[in-house]
Amino acid sequence: MSAPAADTAVPARFKPGDRVAVRSADPPGHIRTPWYIRGHTGTVERLCGAFPNPEELAFHRPGLPAQPLYRVRFPQAQVWPDYRGPAHDTIEIEIFQHWLEPVR
Amino acid sequence: MANEAHPHHHDHAHGHDHKTHPHPKQPDLEDQPLGYYQIMEIAVRELLIEKGIVTADEIRQALEVIDSRTPAMGARMVARAWTDPAYKARLLADGSAAAQELGIDSSEVKLIVVENTAKLHNVVVCTLCSCYPRPILGLPPDWYKSREYRSRVVREPRAVLREFGTDIPDDVEMRVHDSTADMRYLVLPERPKGTEGWDEAKLAAIVSRDCMIGVTKPRLG
Repeated sequence: MSAPAADTAVPARFKPGDRVAVRSADPPGHIRTPWYIRGHTGTVERLCGAFPNPEELAFHRPGLPAQPLYRVRFPQAQVWPDYRGPAHDTIEIEIFQHWLEPVR
Repeated sequence: MANEAHPHHHDHAHGHDHKTHPHPKQPDLEDQPLGYYQIMEIAVRELLIEKGIVTADEIRQALEVIDSRTPAMGARMVARAWTDPAYKARLLADGSAAAQELGIDSSEVKLIVVENTAKLHNVVVCTLCSCYPRPILGLPPDWYKSREYRSRVVREPRAVLREFGTDIPDDVEMRVHDSTADMRYLVLPERPKGTEGWDEAKLAAIVSRDCMIGVTKPRLG
């Protein structure tokens, strides 16, 4: 799949190293933000490009403008209160920009 | 089983009388009940063929291409990265382009390659469905698609890896990659000690599918 042209994509708000919070939302439909990560705070690892919004694609709509997609890294101990493993363990998840909010 | 009538320690070279010793019948594929989506697939496929939108041969060819993809392709990429530092740098920078470079058609996916080191072990999952780098590794194993793997490896990866026979020491960071959107992931395992001087083909032979998902590590012999 090739990324859409820049003029059909939403500009990227975040850069690697930025702290971001995943929205705690529960909209209906086809959502690709896993439930377990909603409400958690992580760090942008990289911008993967911009892709048509899967929440729109699921209903046969074009999904444009494309949404920037990030890899966000979270400490496992923060995601799972009962996590059994060293504090340095991490999880990385792809999250679309419209699910992320800046953390000051 | 009628053990008395049919003592063990025989060698099966004698006449095999099926009248007194019935084998359980291996069910044919058609003996299983069809699921909702299987019926849907058959109905849509037949309709598409009937309407002349696709041909039966095109569907057969597409399945043949899917089945022709095997983990040997990923293993070639790993072995090249182990022997050629410049290729490794390109692989980590752009996995899809590095696959194309070896003649592996990865145009349909954006591949991210994550490197295992002495201090970091990566494992891949798709908690939402079963996203998998199919052009590089072929079809995923059944366990990769199971609810148990998908739900457990994100929250207790070390315990799940132990069940695969893989112990990750506590001084190594365990990093789970949840493949939730448009990227696909391939683990670049660490080259094992004792493989110095091996050529690419010999190296590729020790790189299994499971190493490239991250549930195990390459082993010698």
